[in-house]
Amino acid sequence: MTPEGLILLSPYDLALSAGLVLMLAGLSWQLSLEIGGRMLIASARATVQLLLLGLVLKALFSTTNPWLVAGLATLMLAVAGYEVMARQRHRLSGPWGYGAGTLSMFLSSFSISVLALLVVVQPTPWYAPQYAIPLLGMLLGNTMTGVAVSLDHLTRQTLDKRLQIEARLAIGQPAIEAIGDIRRDALRAGLIPIVNSMTTAGIVSLPGMMTGQILAGSPPMEAAKYQLMILFLIAAGTGLGSMTAVLLGSNRLFDRRSRLRRDRLGE
Amino acid sequence: MSGLRIEGLTGAGVRADHLHIVAGSCYSLSGPSGSGKTLLLRAIADLDQTDGEVWLDDQARSRLSGPEWRRRVNYLAADSQWWARCVGEHAADWHAPDLVALGFESEVLDWEVQRLSSGERQRLALARALAHAPQALLLDEPTANLDQHNTERVEQLLADWRRDKHGCVLWVSHDPAQQSRVANQHYRIRDGVLEHRDDA
Repeated sequence: MTPEGLILLSPYDLALSAGLVLMLAGLSWQLSLEIGGRMLIASARATVQLLLLGLVLKALFSTTNPWLVAGLATLMLAVAGYEVMARQRHRLSGPWGYGAGTLSMFLSSFSISVLALLVVVQPTPWYAPQYAIPLLGMLLGNTMTGVAVSLDHLTRQTLDKRLQIEARLAIGQPAIEAIGDIRRDALRAGLIPIVNSMTTAGIVSLPGMMTGQILAGSPPMEAAKYQLMILFLIAAGTGLGSMTAVLLGSNRLFDRRSRLRRDRLGE
Repeated sequence: MSGLRIEGLTGAGVRADHLHIVAGSCYSLSGPSGSGKTLLLRAIADLDQTDGEVWLDDQARSRLSGPEWRRRVNYLAADSQWWARCVGEHAADWHAPDLVALGFESEVLDWEVQRLSSGERQRLALARALAHAPQALLLDEPTANLDQHNTERVEQLLADWRRDKHGCVLWVSHDPAQQSRVANQHYRIRDGVLEHRDDA
């Protein structure tokens, strides 16, 4: 079933746009920018992942099995958690290296997706994969960035300012006070992208989802409403996720006697 | 028993079986670099994990929270650290007489930390520690960046503080003359183990 006015893309169209990336990679190789290889790998990953997702969703949409939806959601979360960990230069040691980011994303993205499905969008059944999976994906993708940036900022700043933190502890400041500035900065860093994208949405940039809907033939006003909802959900999810991550992370950096535990940070 | 008392402190690379700094007195601590002087001070301040017990008067360290203990037993690092823009923001309750005794006027609180010399920072870090009203001070070479005049100021201020507040001081110093000037008893640390010095 094809909605009216939808222009289908042929493999030839895709190959043409992929050619642009190849050209860029060649250019970067010529200028020895050392980003060409990574760009090609990322493009290849995106191609495989999105085509696979297309196949999976096609199968999923025809069943509406809640367990399959839950399974795919868990897989998405697991991969997002790994990405957050991989982007940390100084990871929390032990299970927290993976756990802090993953737990934060679970608490924020999952709860906000469920809330949006139950209260805002209200498809039947509420876990209908056509709505649940794209919504969760959009939230996870953005929350992931916020969480990764916040955690990275937190651990990096803590290492850099270790002596200052300990000087504050040494005059009797509680851990929360001694790391308060760093926590605030980490949170702010994680929220800058979403604040920026809300600020320029519709003027400088046409958000991806709205673009997609319009290209797929939706009326612009409907696309705008959906995009607004998504932006709000993303802002809430990113904020909640980054906050949780910064809280979990900074608690983990101190022990019960409010000592800064350098040994709980890798490298 | 008044003063700062250490019993069987081990871990974090140091061992101190017994040390009792009587209230109002100052003990010196010396030893080659890398022997663990700083580690011992950090261990007493509970900035590193150790076994054993430390008492301040009749109060056991383990009965207080980390921040409560460190408010009473203040460790001052050799390299003074500052986290806010202006000097004054680093404590709520600066003692003007301490600042004067260290050669500053009270306007110093409006100064930017960045513009201070390392000697000024070191003296102000001591004033900052005293502004938090500790009962014991663990000082890591507190006059390392100071000329003779300012060294005398610091020594005098600490002597007065011990007398007036019955405070205890453990003072890391490399200078034998300074050790005998400021301290009542002398300790040394060798390969992480604290021992009393009979030669001094």
